Amino acid sequence: MLNPDLVGRTFTSADSIAVTKEAVQKFAEVIGETNFEIAPPTFAISITLEQSQSLLQDSGLNWTRVVHGDQKFEIKRPIVAGDVFYCASTIESARNVAGNEIVTVRSDLNSATELVVSTWSTLVVRA
Amino acid sequence: MNKIEVGAEFAPKSFLINRKLLVEYANASGDQNPIHQDEAFAKSVGLPDVIAHGMLTMALAGKYLSDISGSQSVLEFSAKFIKPVVVPADTDVALVISGKVTEANNGIAKIELLAMCNEVKVLGMAKGVIKI
Repeated sequence: MLNPDLVGRTFTSADSIAVTKEAVQKFAEVIGETNFEIAPPTFAISITLEQSQSLLQDSGLNWTRVVHGDQKFEIKRPIVAGDVFYCASTIESARNVAGNEIVTVRSDLNSATELVVSTWSTLVVRA
Repeated sequence: MNKIEVGAEFAPKSFLINRKLLVEYANASGDQNPIHQDEAFAKSVGLPDVIAHGMLTMALAGKYLSDISGSQSVLEFSAKFIKPVVVPADTDVALVISGKVTEANNGIAKIELLAMCNEVKVLGMAKGVIKI
């Protein structure tokens, strides 16, 4: 059970994350994308996943019973190799529906000057 | 490529998903959850077999969306994961994506996507907003 006191609180990564050309290319190649100049639309998840996962685990969520419910991206501009981000993750909501816990976590990728991509992941913890 | 106007439909495209692709996606995305690679583990948690990462299905639908925009300029993209894509060993599972334009004005279009696997809809409410 997720600690309800943590809903609304934002955790920002202490370390910046640099996007490499290799990381963009590796992700692109899996989906058959041949343009490596900009990252594919869902690439942000490869940056935000680790932090949102550890935030939720640290908040008491049972990761072994988690199912990904839905996902959303808002892309202000495409991610490119050379970008350096700080990731800010917020548990936006946590509710209980028929014994299943439904948690939405938002992760923002911020460069030094701008918000570049926001992601929302809704996770269902099966009862 | 069709003209991007309301009602325009885009030809379906088939993406093949197999165990090798799941490993490649795990390595590219950092999602090493064993339900996407280890058959015994997947079955031990009540799944019929190894299942694809929902985010891989969405990434492939994202590739379809990028191709429609022609410039990879996707502004928004969202989907619900309504059915798992089951990937048995030594099998190529076809994920078929199609799309249609539901809104288009001021250089922005909304695209509704359909993602089917073995004639079952695997993504719900799959929608993208692209620059045109």
